[in-house]
Amino acid sequence: MIIVLIALALVTLATAAVAMALRNLIHSALLLIASWAGIAAFYLWAGAEFVAFAQVLVYVGAISMVVLFAVLLTRRSRLDLEVAPDPMRRLISALITGGAVLGVLFGAVWSTPLEPTLRAVPSISVRDLGLQLMGPHAASLLVVGALLTVALLGAVVIASQDRRPDKEDGP
Amino acid sequence: MNLSVHYLWLIPALPLLAAGLGAVTPRSGRRLAAGAAIAAMALSFLLSVGALLTALQDPSAHLTSNFAWFDLGSGALRLGWLLDPLTALMCVMVTFVGLLIFIFSTGYMHEDANYKQFFCFLSLFAAAMLGLLVANSLLLLFICWELVGLASYLLIGFWFHKPSAAAAAKKAFITTRIGDLGLLLGMLWLYDATGSLLFYDGGQGVLEAGALASLVASTTVGGLAVSTAIALLIFCGAVGKSGQFPLHVWLPDAMEGPTPVSALIHAATMVAAGVFLVARVYPLMMIDQGFAAAPLHALTVVAFIGAITALLGALIAVGQNDIKRVLAFSTVSQLGYMMLALGVGSWVAAIFHLLTHAFFKALLFLGAGSVIHAAHHEQDIRQLGGLRGPLRVTFVTFAIGMMALAGVPFLFSGFWSKEAILHAAHGWEVSPLPFYAGLAAVILTAFYMTRLVLEVFFGAPRSPAAAHAHENPPTMTVPLILLAVGAVFLGFLGTPWWPWLQHTLDPSFHSEPGGAGLMVLSIVLVAIGLGSGWALYARPLRATAAAADPLARAVPGVFAALAAKLGFDELYAATVGRLNTALAAGADALDRHLWDGLVRFLARFGEFTGIVTRETDEGILNDGFNATSESLRTTGKAYAKAQSGDAHGYLRVIALGFVIIVLAVLLGGGR
Amino acid sequence: MSFSPLQLCLFFSSALFCVGLIGALSRSNTILVLLGVELMLNAANLNFIAFWRYGPNPAAGTGVIFVLFAIAVAAAEAAVGLALVIAIYRHQKNIRLQDAVRLKG
Repeated sequence: MIIVLIALALVTLATAAVAMALRNLIHSALLLIASWAGIAAFYLWAGAEFVAFAQVLVYVGAISMVVLFAVLLTRRSRLDLEVAPDPMRRLISALITGGAVLGVLFGAVWSTPLEPTLRAVPSISVRDLGLQLMGPHAASLLVVGALLTVALLGAVVIASQDRRPDKEDGP
Repeated sequence: MNLSVHYLWLIPALPLLAAGLGAVTPRSGRRLAAGAAIAAMALSFLLSVGALLTALQDPSAHLTSNFAWFDLGSGALRLGWLLDPLTALMCVMVTFVGLLIFIFSTGYMHEDANYKQFFCFLSLFAAAMLGLLVANSLLLLFICWELVGLASYLLIGFWFHKPSAAAAAKKAFITTRIGDLGLLLGMLWLYDATGSLLFYDGGQGVLEAGALASLVASTTVGGLAVSTAIALLIFCGAVGKSGQFPLHVWLPDAMEGPTPVSALIHAATMVAAGVFLVARVYPLMMIDQGFAAAPLHALTVVAFIGAITALLGALIAVGQNDIKRVLAFSTVSQLGYMMLALGVGSWVAAIFHLLTHAFFKALLFLGAGSVIHAAHHEQDIRQLGGLRGPLRVTFVTFAIGMMALAGVPFLFSGFWSKEAILHAAHGWEVSPLPFYAGLAAVILTAFYMTRLVLEVFFGAPRSPAAAHAHENPPTMTVPLILLAVGAVFLGFLGTPWWPWLQHTLDPSFHSEPGGAGLMVLSIVLVAIGLGSGWALYARPLRATAAAADPLARAVPGVFAALAAKLGFDELYAATVGRLNTALAAGADALDRHLWDGLVRFLARFGEFTGIVTRETDEGILNDGFNATSESLRTTGKAYAKAQSGDAHGYLRVIALGFVIIVLAVLLGGGR
Repeated sequence: MSFSPLQLCLFFSSALFCVGLIGALSRSNTILVLLGVELMLNAANLNFIAFWRYGPNPAAGTGVIFVLFAIAVAAAEAAVGLALVIAIYRHQKNIRLQDAVRLKG
C-alpha cells in the first residue's frame, strides 16, 4: 500500500516539476494533466472515489482545456510557445524561497507526533455525500453555485472582445 | 350585484388604472390605451349600478367608510367614501355618458397623432370626477376637484399647437382657480370651526346636526352667520367650476378642446360638479334659512347668481355663430338654471335637471362633433347648412336633443326637469325676479336652438365642406342614438305624477299639486320661442354664408352686443387685467429698485466679509493645513513604493512571511 | 526511521506545494504562474483527503466535502484567472507578469 503511495507521489511530483521547468507551454500543460491525473489516483488510493472523479472531470477535463485555449489565444506565432528563459536571479530567489517553505513544512510534519492509526481504507458512498451536501451543507452549496455563476459571467465579461468579432474567439 | 360602500373606491380606481396604463403605453399603443379606458369605464359603470342598487335599499341613509389618511399632532386627518342616492345616481350618469363619449372619441379622434394621450387624459378626468362624487370629505373632494381642473386644462389645450387652444386652457385654469381659492378658504374655515372635514361621520360630520348648530350659532363680520360665510366661500368654487356669472367667461373658450371633451367635461360632468358640490353640502347651505336675523341667506345669493347666469347665457347664445359656442353658452345658461333651483330650495330639481341635461347636452355636443367631423372641421353655422340629408342619424338625434333642451313638452326629458325648476322658483317667497328670469330664458333657449338647427341642417350647403359631408361610422352614431334614448326617457323618472327620482334623492320630498297653470304657461313660452325662431330664420332660409343674420338686420346694435358676448372679456381685460398689469408693473419697479438695492448691498457686505476671511485663511490657517498635508503626502509616497506591481514579489513576501510564522510557532513554543 | 502513512502523505503534499510555489515564483509567463497556483491548491486538497483518510471520524466525510467545494472554487478561479490572462494579453500584447504593472502605486 505504502509502495503505491510512494510511487504515485513520485510520478506526480516529477511531472509537476518538469511541467514547471519546461519552456514549451503546450508540453507544460500536457505534463500538468498527467500530474493532475496522479493526484486523482491518490484520491482513489485514499478511498475518496467521488473526489477522484471530480478531480478528473474538473482538472483533467475542463481546466486543462481552458489552459490550452488560453495558451493558444495568447500567442502570435509558433515561436511564441517557446517562452524566453527566465532570468537566473529570479530562479535562484524562487528556489531559496521554495526551499525555505519546504524546510519549515517538512520540519513541522517531522516534529509533529502523529498517531500512526493504521486502518482499512474508509469509504463514503455517493449517497451519503449527497445527503451531506443537501443537508448540513446546503447553504454552502448554494453559495458555491452562485460563485460559479458569477465567476462564469465575470470571465466572459473580462475576456470578451470590445464588440470586435474575432475568428479565434470560438464559442 | 350590490356594491358595499367599502369597495366604492373601485369606481374611480379603475379609470385611474387605465390612465396609468395609458401613460406608460408607447405612442403606438393606440388600441391598448383606448381599450383599457373603455373597459375601465364599462366596469365602473357596472359597479356604479351596483352602488345605486345598494343606495336604493335605504334612500335616506348615508353609508360611509372612513379611514385615517395621516396623523396630525393630536388628531388624524380622515378621508372617506360616501354612498347615498345622490352619489350613486351621479356615478351612474358620469360613467354611462362617459362610456358613450369614450366610444365616440375612438371615431372622432381617429386621425389624431396623440390618440393615446387623449384617452389617458380622459381616463384621468373620469377617475378624478368619480373620486369627487364618492368623496366623503371636503378635502378629498377638493383634491379631486383640482384634479378635474387639471384634466380639463390638459384636454382644452389638447391641440396645444393652436395658440387659441393654449390660451383657452390657461384661461379656464386661472379663472376656475379664482373660485377654487374661495373653496379652499371655506374649507380651511370649516376645519377651523368644526375640526372635521368629513361630511357624514356618525354624528360628528360637518353636515350633521351637531356641527351645523354650532356653525349657525356664531356670527362673524356684519352679523353674518359663520355657516353663511363658509357656504358662500364654498359656493365661490362652484361658481368657478360651473361657469356661473361672473366667472362664466372661461367656459365658451374651453370649446377649443376636442368636441368629445366639450361634451364630457364642459357639458355633462365637470361643469356640473359645482352644482353637485352645492347639492352635497346642501345642509350647510340651507341651515341659515331658519335664522331670521341673518342679513343674508347663502341660498339667496345662489338663486340670484343662478338667475342672472341663466338669462345671460341664453342671451349671449342667441348671437353666436360657432356651433360649439352656442352650445357652450347654452350650457352656461342651463347651469344657471340648476343653481337657481338650488337657490330656491329645490336641490332635487337641480339634480334632476343636472342628470337630464347631462344626457341631452352630451347628445348635442356629440351631434355637433359629428357635424364638425363630417364637415371637415367647419364649425361656423353660416358655412354649414343642408346637412339634414347626408347626416340623417345625426340630424334626428340632434333634433331630439334640441327639443329636450328647448323644453318641448311631454316627450322630452328637459321639459320635465325644467318644469320642476320653474315650479320651485315660482314658489320662492323671497323674490319673484329669478322666476321671471327663468321664464325669459325659456323663450330664448327655444329661440336660439331653433336658429341653430335651421342654420345647420336646413337649406342648401353653403360651403364645399358642408356639401361633401357624409355620415360618420357607427362608433360615433351609436352613442348618439343611446344618448337620444336617454334624453327622452330620463324625464319620466321625475314627472309630477310619479316623482321617483325626487323621492329617491330626498325621501321627505312632497310633490305639490297645482302646477298645471304653470305648465301651460311654459308650453306657451316654448311655442313663442320656437315660433319666433322659425319666423326669423326659416322664411327665408339663409342663402349664402355672407348674408347678414336676420336678427342683426332687425336689431343690429343688440345683436352686435350679444355676438361680442356682452363685452365681458373686454370688461375683465380692462379692469382685472389692467389692475393685474399695474400691480405687476409696481412689483417690477419694487423689484428693480428697492429689493435689488437691498440685494446688492447684501452682496457687497458678503464680498467684504469674504475678503476678510480670505486674509485670515491665507495668513493663519493655511500654514497648519499645508504642513499636515505635506506629511500625509510623504507617508503616502512611502507606502506607495511597496505597491510595486510585481506579482512575483508579492508572492515571495507571502511565502517568506509564512516561513517566519511557522518558524515562530515551531521554535517559539507555540504549543 | 519510519513514518506513518499520514506523514508520508503530508510530505507528498508539502513537496507538491513547494513545486507549485517555485514554479509560480520563477516563471514570468502568467499562465504558468496560474498553473503553479493551481498546483498549490491541489496540494492543500491532498492534505484534506489525507486527514480524512487517517482522521478519527472518516464517516462524517467533512474532508471530502471540503475538497469538493475547493475544486469548485478552483474551477472558478481558473476560469477568471485565464480570462484575466486574455485581457492582459489584449492590453499589452504579451503575458509577461512583470510587465503588468500599470496599477502600481
